[in-house]
Amino acid sequence: MSIVTYLLRIADDNMVVGQRLSELISRMPELELDIAVANIALDHIGQARHLYAYAGEQEGVGRDEDALAMARNERQYLNAVLVEQPNGDFAHTMARQFFFDAYQVPLYEALSGSADSTLAGIAAKAVKEARYHRDHSSAWIARLGGGTEESHQRMQAGIGAMWPFTADLFVADGIDEELAAIGVAADLVGVRQAFEGHVNDTFASAGLSLPEDPYQRLGGRDGFHTEHLGHLLAEMQRLYLAHPGAQW
Amino acid sequence: MSDLNLDRLRQQLGEVADPEIPVVSIADLGVLRAVEVHGDQLTITITPTYSGCPAMEHIADRVKMIGESHGFATTVNTVFEPAWTSDWMTETARQALEQYGIAPPRTIGEVAVELAPLRCPRCHSPNLAKITDFGSTACKALYRCESCLEPFDHFKEI
Repeated sequence: MSIVTYLLRIADDNMVVGQRLSELISRMPELELDIAVANIALDHIGQARHLYAYAGEQEGVGRDEDALAMARNERQYLNAVLVEQPNGDFAHTMARQFFFDAYQVPLYEALSGSADSTLAGIAAKAVKEARYHRDHSSAWIARLGGGTEESHQRMQAGIGAMWPFTADLFVADGIDEELAAIGVAADLVGVRQAFEGHVNDTFASAGLSLPEDPYQRLGGRDGFHTEHLGHLLAEMQRLYLAHPGAQW
Repeated sequence: MSDLNLDRLRQQLGEVADPEIPVVSIADLGVLRAVEVHGDQLTITITPTYSGCPAMEHIADRVKMIGESHGFATTVNTVFEPAWTSDWMTETARQALEQYGIAPPRTIGEVAVELAPLRCPRCHSPNLAKITDFGSTACKALYRCESCLEPFDHFKEI
């Protein structure tokens, strides 16, 4: 069913980025950043849970949120390839989060008006959280970009590493078109415009630039991932797969 | 069930405290949305403050237990629409937060206007520095008062 796939794509983005951020808990450079990364991870995993629960309900074959998160393999995960990229250094993590936040705010804003009232409700809740995330990551992009020569160079390197995975966020297929036609899905063209506006404004103020190389890696929405997702899922799903149905 | 007992049930449900901020109740927070009785069936509707709020499961368990202790077959529904806003918090809750040392959320309102100035919950000074937007729980930011130098939590506007 189209709606199930559509919900899983958004849920998987949140689950994977939440897992990536969780890897950093206790490892951030400052206590405040450590608390922030835990909070942001929690928001994403919370959003994923609600989307999985609703996807499971729509699917109607008895898969709950745990089954959807923990018992699907790499080829069945439908997140965009950006969110599975490794944390790298702090600038890499912030670049990934910044691009993702710049996408999520307009996405959730659009979905708050979805004809599907459950999805609209989840999005209306999530957009408020996403705006705090975007403020946080944008402030760090500006601070590192406008900081020392070293911080600027590393921020630019982080942007260069993450940018080739951003176009995957905006790939629309028949599912998007079908659901957009009935007012359920977001119009990704509009989301992309808002994304570009925010990225350009932030980079201009921080003296940062986008890479000139046009290469973009696509395929996440169809389950074709980079080498990193399999490793992430192996760790995340290990307990559930060893003890199916375990509750903790 | 008599009206008197029903009132008592509603009151007990409303008094359930937020496990992370025990000075405010779920009724004063605006987390408890509805209590409906049909025969021996009780339906309690709650809404999360944040998508990932870990207190929600505890709150759901608590209200279910209270409903069942009154002899009802109790269902707890979690709804997202309309999305919870800090504007739903009652004046009682705001005062309780400030006394507890947490600067309460300011009113956002329907139209975008500038928020009222924040003040230190201890000395009421408006001379503050934000340390981080993400504090000890999802709903709080961390500030420091530049007058009395005490750090404090601020329940964020959302």
